[in-house]
Amino acid sequence: MSKKTFRESINEAIKQEMRRDENVIVLGEDVAGGAGTKGDQDAWGGPMAVTKGLAPEFGRERVIDTPITESAIIGTAAGAALTGLRPIADLMFVDFMGVCFDQIFNQAGKFRYMFGGKAVTPLTIRTMYGGGLRAASQHSQCLYPIFTHIPGLKVVIPSNPYDAKGLFVQAVRDDDPVVFFEHKMMYDDEGEVPDELYTIPFGEANFTREGKDVALISMGRTVNLCNQVADEIKKDNISCSVLDLRTLSPLDEDSILEAVEETGRVVIVDESSPRCNVATDISALISDKAFSSLKAPVKMITPPHTPVPFSPALEDLYLPSADNIKKTISNILN
Amino acid sequence: MQLNREELIKAYQGMCRIREFEDAVHEEFASGALPGFVHLYAGEEASAMGICLNLDDQDTIASTHRGHGHCIAKGCDSKGMMKELFGKKDGICGGKGGSMHIADLTKGMLGANGIVGGGPPLTCGAALTFKTKKTGNVAVCFLGDGASNQGTTAESINMASILKLPAIFVVEDNGYAEATSSDYSVGGNIVDRGKAYGLHAEKVDGTDFFAVHQAAKEAVERAKNNEGPTLLHVKLSRVYGHYEGDAITYRLDEETKDIKENKDPIKIFKRKVTESGLLEESQLEEIEKNIKKEIEEAVSESKEAKYPVESDLLTDVYVKY
Ligand SMILES: Cc1ncc(C[n+]2csc(CCOP(=O)(O)OP(=O)(O)O)c2C)c(N)n1
Ligand SMILES: [Mg+2]
Repeated sequence: MSKKTFRESINEAIKQEMRRDENVIVLGEDVAGGAGTKGDQDAWGGPMAVTKGLAPEFGRERVIDTPITESAIIGTAAGAALTGLRPIADLMFVDFMGVCFDQIFNQAGKFRYMFGGKAVTPLTIRTMYGGGLRAASQHSQCLYPIFTHIPGLKVVIPSNPYDAKGLFVQAVRDDDPVVFFEHKMMYDDEGEVPDELYTIPFGEANFTREGKDVALISMGRTVNLCNQVADEIKKDNISCSVLDLRTLSPLDEDSILEAVEETGRVVIVDESSPRCNVATDISALISDKAFSSLKAPVKMITPPHTPVPFSPALEDLYLPSADNIKKTISNILN
Repeated sequence: MQLNREELIKAYQGMCRIREFEDAVHEEFASGALPGFVHLYAGEEASAMGICLNLDDQDTIASTHRGHGHCIAKGCDSKGMMKELFGKKDGICGGKGGSMHIADLTKGMLGANGIVGGGPPLTCGAALTFKTKKTGNVAVCFLGDGASNQGTTAESINMASILKLPAIFVVEDNGYAEATSSDYSVGGNIVDRGKAYGLHAEKVDGTDFFAVHQAAKEAVERAKNNEGPTLLHVKLSRVYGHYEGDAITYRLDEETKDIKENKDPIKIFKRKVTESGLLEESQLEEIEKNIKKEIEEAVSESKEAKYPVESDLLTDVYVKY
């Protein structure tokens, strides 16, 4: 066990899985960097340096810099997964999924079912999501609800370095296509992470705080926001539980219902756009299966229904905030 | 060189404006004053100016993430652009777009683009409008060597070819896509790709404003004479890194030095026009001085300018949730 950043924990997970299984390969734009140049042959390791050090250890045959060609990256990875490799495809910003959706949702996501159970597609797609970096409308979206919508895909969204490693190893070993969401503002977050390999099963949400008054349901970066709020409002004698969903597909319905039953009040904090997102999905689940446990309406905290604005002044207003969560909590308590 | 004095002055002003703008952004970003991602166009000025001086406001361009130079060359206001980069309300897109989304439709500037390969299909659309409405205009697409590998580029070039669209695809090959060399990423070569789809395609020296201007002039004529689209493979270099903050470890220092010393299109232009007596040194220095002042003002006004406020968050939408 030692302190590692989110970046380091994913890097370690990939390295250790590549050492363990020679079928694991990495491909994407500048996953090494420097291809064909006279300079550093491990120049980038991806735009956030998550895959740095892989090319020197495993060589360019297993750490493949691709042209800018998302359809072919994901399609190559899907085809390779179908035929015996265990690829990790790096798609950088989730916004770029727009270029290659077909290969994900009509191809990779459907093989298993459509081929009558004969196919396995052990594909992991890494991607960055979320606001805060002033990266504007085409580099800041969340988009995980779209993938959650597609049967056949698994959707993973870790909130801390420990979970990131365990969930990532599970993703690589999983025989279905997994889209692994990394919040771009979390790479320097630190936490205790075991040096050895371990897995965290999909479909098991995690209570990061226990509480009796209100349940805060969250995913990825909003877990940290909810933890912060839960800690801060203890002084006002309000006790909040925080549920970290960890995977959106499969979804741990039991833990969600448990959170509702224990508190009777729910605030769901989701950084994605407000219509047809994870918050609305969970809210529907609760009204269907736990209606009688509710003491107050289910509240959803999301950004407004706009593209992500560039200006720091607007982006700060756009993103879910601790203040907003606190106000909502006090409204449903009164 | 068939350009008159006035055109030459315009070309020099434009290239200097782009360079000053980018150098100022480079400095402001390093000092922490500028948020977000910025990709600078310094070193590539002859391409934007050589192309855009052949266009008018009704002709369109689609640009890239490295779009400041294209915007300036197409006539976008440098102060409005700078304010946009600072995220201010008076920015050219109200602070909502930032560096990667500068647009001014009144100038035929259809937008910088955060998506590599986003521009080529849109260019077919603009060209289709011109063809359908018989306006006699042309649609230009700037794209990088990296973008030349996107499926959308191949699809658009084919579409433009079979519909004989008045379109020009300008592939600005600066040798790199992020940290990857175009020698590695481009299979075959870019000119052959254009020819394979039936376009007129040629390679152009992007350090030479006059070469770009001439090639663009012919391409515009072809488009206007209904002779179909053109692909120009413009070879040039970027001075700075891929984005501000890039350590550029994939490029050797001597290459950067060579770019600054020998491949600077502004120096090359200046030498050509002074040696041939087309413009005087003093005249060019006067231009440099004025542009410097303009950009300094742009920066100081941008710093003073106001940020957008909460009510601006929900404008430009058709429904509010
Ligand atoms: C669809 C998509 N894929 C990847 C990226 C990330 N990205 C931004 S710029 C860039 C390199 C572009 O290279 P090139 O087209 O040569 O333009 P240059 O940066 O050299 O001007 C990449 C990969 C993106 N913005 N959009
Ligand atoms: Mg390039």
